[in-house]
Amino acid sequence: MPKDSGIGASSKRREDIRFLTGSGNYTDDINIRGQAHVYFLRSDVAHGTLKGIDTSAAEAMDGVVRIFTGADFEAVGGMPCGWQVTDRHGQPMLEPKHPILAHGKVRHVGEPIAAVVADTLEQARDAAEALVVDIDELPAVIDMKEAVRDGATKVHDDIASNLCYDWGFVEENKDAVNKAFEEAAHVTTLELVNNRLVANPMEPRVAVGDYARGTDEHTLYTTSQNPHVIRLLMGAFVLGIPEHKLRVVAPDVGGGFGTKIFHYQEEAFCTFAAKACNRAVKWTSSRSEAFLSDAHGRDHVTKIELALDKDNNFAALRTDTYANMGAYLSTFAPSVPTWLHGTLMAGNYKTPLIYVNVKAVFTNTVPVDAYRGAGRPEATYQLERLVDKAAHELGVDPIALRRQNFITEFPYATPVAVEYDTGDYHATMDKLEEMADIAGFAARRRESEAKGKLRGFGVNCYIEACGIAPSNLVGQLGARAGLYESATVRVNATGGLVVMTGSHSHGQGHETSFAQVVAEMIGIDENMVEIVHGDTARGPMGMGTYGSRSIAVGGSAMVRATEKIIAKAKKIASHLLEASESDIELKDGAFSVAGTDKSVAWGDVTLAAYVPHNYPLDDIEPGLEETAFYDPSNFTYPSGAYACEVELDPETGHVSIERFSAADDFGNIINPMIVTGQVHGGLAQGIGQALLENCVYDAEGQLLSASYMDYAMPRASDLPFYDVDHSCQTPCTHNPLGVKGCGEAGAIGSPPAVVNAVLDAMRSGGKNVSHIDMPVTPSRVWAAMNG
Amino acid sequence: MYNFEIEKPATIADAVKALGRDEAQPLSGGQTLIPTLKARLAAPSVLVSLHGIDEMKGVCLDDDGRLCIGGATIHSVVAKEAQAHYPALAGLAARIGDPAVRNRGTIGGSVANNDPSACYPAAVLASGATVVTNKREIAADDYFQGMFATALEEGEIVTEVKFPIPQSAHYEKHIQPASRFPLVAAFVAKYADGVRVAITGASEDGVFRWTEAEEMLSNSFAADGLKGLTVDGSGMISDLHGSGEYRAHLVGVMTRRAVAAMGG
Repeated sequence: MPKDSGIGASSKRREDIRFLTGSGNYTDDINIRGQAHVYFLRSDVAHGTLKGIDTSAAEAMDGVVRIFTGADFEAVGGMPCGWQVTDRHGQPMLEPKHPILAHGKVRHVGEPIAAVVADTLEQARDAAEALVVDIDELPAVIDMKEAVRDGATKVHDDIASNLCYDWGFVEENKDAVNKAFEEAAHVTTLELVNNRLVANPMEPRVAVGDYARGTDEHTLYTTSQNPHVIRLLMGAFVLGIPEHKLRVVAPDVGGGFGTKIFHYQEEAFCTFAAKACNRAVKWTSSRSEAFLSDAHGRDHVTKIELALDKDNNFAALRTDTYANMGAYLSTFAPSVPTWLHGTLMAGNYKTPLIYVNVKAVFTNTVPVDAYRGAGRPEATYQLERLVDKAAHELGVDPIALRRQNFITEFPYATPVAVEYDTGDYHATMDKLEEMADIAGFAARRRESEAKGKLRGFGVNCYIEACGIAPSNLVGQLGARAGLYESATVRVNATGGLVVMTGSHSHGQGHETSFAQVVAEMIGIDENMVEIVHGDTARGPMGMGTYGSRSIAVGGSAMVRATEKIIAKAKKIASHLLEASESDIELKDGAFSVAGTDKSVAWGDVTLAAYVPHNYPLDDIEPGLEETAFYDPSNFTYPSGAYACEVELDPETGHVSIERFSAADDFGNIINPMIVTGQVHGGLAQGIGQALLENCVYDAEGQLLSASYMDYAMPRASDLPFYDVDHSCQTPCTHNPLGVKGCGEAGAIGSPPAVVNAVLDAMRSGGKNVSHIDMPVTPSRVWAAMNG
Repeated sequence: MYNFEIEKPATIADAVKALGRDEAQPLSGGQTLIPTLKARLAAPSVLVSLHGIDEMKGVCLDDDGRLCIGGATIHSVVAKEAQAHYPALAGLAARIGDPAVRNRGTIGGSVANNDPSACYPAAVLASGATVVTNKREIAADDYFQGMFATALEEGEIVTEVKFPIPQSAHYEKHIQPASRFPLVAAFVAKYADGVRVAITGASEDGVFRWTEAEEMLSNSFAADGLKGLTVDGSGMISDLHGSGEYRAHLVGVMTRRAVAAMGG
């Protein structure tokens, strides 16, 4: 029987009322009296020497407040990188300077060169057109393998090469892995591209900098997934503003998908310029600017090999990946192809020996960083494509080959440094086989063939490491930040609660699901709990939302804080009830004395805390407010099995997705409806990557897919009705809610199933194509079938 | 967007007069022009909106039985009002862009712009329609002169397009996945005196007639007859979304499908 409130209930998303009725408060809705507007002049060449900018004509134009160039920021820090990777030789990665405005050189199309602050945006834009920029264009380096060749054009003159790092993982295993390949009964090899993507949240980025001269206080309103992290990075490393003089507010944010984790130049600029101009300064990205300035995602080129023994057991795996960093290191870019990717290469399988090599490369392109899944989709895609290829080479059923190699005993220490606490991969595969109606596939294929179409079925598994992460572990791995989460629970006198979480909601429904947890713990109505986030002035230091960590880490902090509240409230109740504290029970919002009919309501206890007339003042303080910081002891490991069924038009190459089934194990679930929605959104983005989305540069570094005219976003008509199930639940063993996180699974798990299905369809048409790169566009399918 | 003046004439005569102003440009739906202005890629000093000219709106039949569509008629009106007379044309109009485009974009704007991937030019050319301007009548075969190029002179307005109604017709398009414009689309129209086939989206020279297919279909109206007939990929557009060779292949597929949909 489904619950109608609390943990496990599909409570309606309370935030949707404001989102759907136009009453949200997004950063662009924030307008400060007297604010000026900034327009960034961006480089239109990919690489060049910036010899000078003549601002004189522009400065004389109407409405211009001030024009900034790179020279204005010489005394200011550059953009920081939050993760240092150590290479396979024990050396730190190469870390080039990353200026707020280009200085000396431009290194990608879209890099800001100058900023014009004016009374209106149109005036700023007019003046920007009057800037005379002198750039000597240099050859651009776009292709990663070209970039690491001897004599290649260097993106940065002051570092040794374009190779940011050459990472080996686990380096000590390398020889043993190679030996296993020599002894293998069969080796399957696959080369593939994980296509570069643009995140495209519905709301483009916005920054409003404000400065109060009287108190020397800065405020930045920004579209961020983690305002506290922006405050720390920008305050400490860029502008030198102490945190107590800097407030960062990320109000309603219209989607992030990773691209709003990072600290961007425009944020630092608006904060800096507000003081310099003594006026609030606002920037709102256009969609065109977003394509050229939001961190891109993915962009890996990989060769992966699987060694199998004579019984088709996986014996060893090795990979060789080139990962594009773009022209500069975005905030968490180095961690994505390494610790968020290499550690996942075991997948769902008990492969005993694994070696991962990743070469991170600078190119004259927009910086690349985390995008929904971040490293884990890249790992899943190559592994699950490879296993499928191996099955076909060996002539065995792809599901059977997977099952044969599944990890079945937990905890399981992988050869790539992580320990899966729990899971049941056969259970999700069993569920998937039932959902996908494999028995009915042959008949559906015949129906398609009767229409002149081909039909294909593809499957894959996935595992992800979510709920990032234990701070001491990530510190060893190079993180320059902790990854705990915080919560403050403030109980008001009349019994209502305000929970200030360090997590940030940018569409995920935290305001609803977090309230369900607290309400359940106390036994009160969900509507008595308000969730507050996104303002460094209101809540404790928090690390924000990414990596499917909010409920696993942020939710756990909230549980810990609520437990402290309940413990104190029980003390107050025991005083009011004149009973021993150990006899006090909390149920349905009332404290009672075990074995008696004596009880006191939640609201009477909270009132007593703030009107402590009859109160144990000798033992406890008045008030009812507690804070907890939670640092997890491990990642969480959601897993699942996905199946895709496609229909392929052999004449045009068009692929349509006819069925998509997803069986996920997210551990315990707070709000099934919200989880389903998260999976739907993830699937849309995964299918988008597989079939449609592609961020493409030409050889000169011009972005060819720079608008929706050429960058294909998935639309409703491209997607099927999904069949989603999350009834397989192996609760996380190390967090108090037993939750694993669900935000990225759909995007991680879906691309290989789509591509596997397309190849299956081609095979059914007599075309044995061993691989096709994403996006699987009609023209690529046609070329593959007619090649 | 740069600043500009806007004129809203109520008659063709006033529109022509307004277009005589320095750096004036007609605005007829603006589904291409407005994004261009917003990107500051065009800077007309005067925009002359054709939206308020009633004599350029509507769908009717003339004495010769031609379907006449005013140049300022929006796609959604054509989708409704042409349905009873020329369903293939109505179907084309119903599938241009999205509802916002169909409620602002006009046939005159589309035909005057002659985007190499626009839908309407295929219908106009395949129907052997007549493009009527404030000055003259231009046969479709003379009107389209290459990518974004037409016979229109400076200040000349498409006031009406007159379509001879075929015995049967069909428009088959394969969309470019991002823009949803045709990657390649074929409009096949069968008249008593022969079959006309126009292809949009494919060629570097814009919309064109596939005369070899027309000859075959005029002799024998059968999709199978077209198998093996190919167009040369060398003059085809080649971009992110498909090679010239792929587009050339789709010309055959779309044409055969159109013919098959017409029962051939």
